[in-house]
Amino acid sequence: MMGAADLNIPVRMKEQPLLSVRDLGKRYGQRIGCRGVSFDLYPGEVLGIVGESGSGKSTLLSCLAGQQRPDEGRILFDGTDVLALSEAARRRLLRGDWAYVHQNPRDGLRMGVSAGGNVGERLMAVGARNYGVIRETAIDWLGRVEIAAERIDDRPSAFSGGMQQRLQIARNLVTGPRLVFMDEPTGGLDVSVQARLLDLLRGLVRDLGLSAIIVTHDLAVVRLLADRLMVMKSGHVVETGLTDQVLDDPQHGYTQLLVSSVLQV
Amino acid sequence: MIMIENLSKAFTLHNQGGVRIPVMAGAALRVSPGECLGLTGQSGAGKSTLMRMVYGNYLADGGRILVGDTDVAAADPREIVALRRATLGYVSQFLRVVPRVPTLEVVAEPLLRLGVAGVEARARAADLLARLNIPERLWSLSPTTFSGGEQQRVNIARGFAHPYPALLLDEPTASLDARNREVVLALIEEAKVRGAAILGIFHDEPARARVCDRLVDVTGFTPGLAA
Repeated sequence: MMGAADLNIPVRMKEQPLLSVRDLGKRYGQRIGCRGVSFDLYPGEVLGIVGESGSGKSTLLSCLAGQQRPDEGRILFDGTDVLALSEAARRRLLRGDWAYVHQNPRDGLRMGVSAGGNVGERLMAVGARNYGVIRETAIDWLGRVEIAAERIDDRPSAFSGGMQQRLQIARNLVTGPRLVFMDEPTGGLDVSVQARLLDLLRGLVRDLGLSAIIVTHDLAVVRLLADRLMVMKSGHVVETGLTDQVLDDPQHGYTQLLVSSVLQV
Repeated sequence: MIMIENLSKAFTLHNQGGVRIPVMAGAALRVSPGECLGLTGQSGAGKSTLMRMVYGNYLADGGRILVGDTDVAAADPREIVALRRATLGYVSQFLRVVPRVPTLEVVAEPLLRLGVAGVEARARAADLLARLNIPERLWSLSPTTFSGGEQQRVNIARGFAHPYPALLLDEPTASLDARNREVVLALIEEAKVRGAAILGIFHDEPARARVCDRLVDVTGFTPGLAA
């Protein structure tokens, strides 16, 4: 038999968190969007946030991803205080190191621009200028998300929902982000298309060493994608832990209800 | 390599009147490198519960579960993910995979996650699949459509792809024919020779007698069942 040394396994170094969140809160008037949320996300780690509609998971994601300004708390990305950044610096972050995959691909794509243009545009936003290089990179990324190169000049409106979602992922990942936010990335897709997308996301996260935060109500999706889970209810985090531990041995009453409510196939 | 001390566990069912069910108390055992320890006890005595606690699926209420230098009972999720990646393998009775992923990739994945090159990882996966008599024409298909025995063998190939220093085996020879059972027992023996510490559940008594160096009856750890 082979030993670990024969397999050339790289040694992992002690790492600092990529994202540190402390006491994050957001109110809508008297209503709590989310409150007291704290966690650390490390490089290569995938965090799933689950909860039912209205639990605050989408509010939390939009605060983390810079789409809404939280009322309280701190967000450190790679040591930088994100909430203290200038507007220009924040935009740079959103175009480069961060990516956001919307549930509805129409929110994350430009529907009037070709598939290649959708991917190339994000590259140009971070300074790429050579047309040949941009087109080559776009073709490479279309291939990685399993879209045939001959579709490069087609508009996303001519694509199926699953293809649009894969294109949105290519557009987001082409700039080599380190942190990807995903809002129900497999929502609204057929089950067979979902499986393909899950496989794709898992491979990309593994091969690129991405960190990701995935919001979903689908416990099967987080079981396959997330290392760690955060369960939200009424704007608060009620339970956190290793994904399969939270799903197999839930501690909080709400999580127990959530897990036991899933239909068995 | 695996050391359990004074381990306890209770399930609290919040949606059923908050009833608290103690399932384990005072559990203790030790598995050295190169040794295979078999868990015995009647159905429901807590063999699988103990295995799941060692793997970190179930939370411990008290006590210690040392796997190498990591105390699973106290470790944060990130440490457990790292432990599972490189040190602690688990062959469960059920194959849980992303649908549509080819069998060869399913088996190679534990190595790919460790950063082993694709060619090397797939070669190792192919060796194991061939040894476990999964026909090559099936390697490009998802195992979700396979028979129970084939899925079990894919699961075993996946569990043995990386030479984990510690291994948990839950009924690895269940639903296998004589030829494949022999292959699995040989894999377990080879793992012992290279120094793996193995904790296993074997209902197959001849298999248990052949690979286990010692047995521990978990009935002694079950509140209400202990003599």
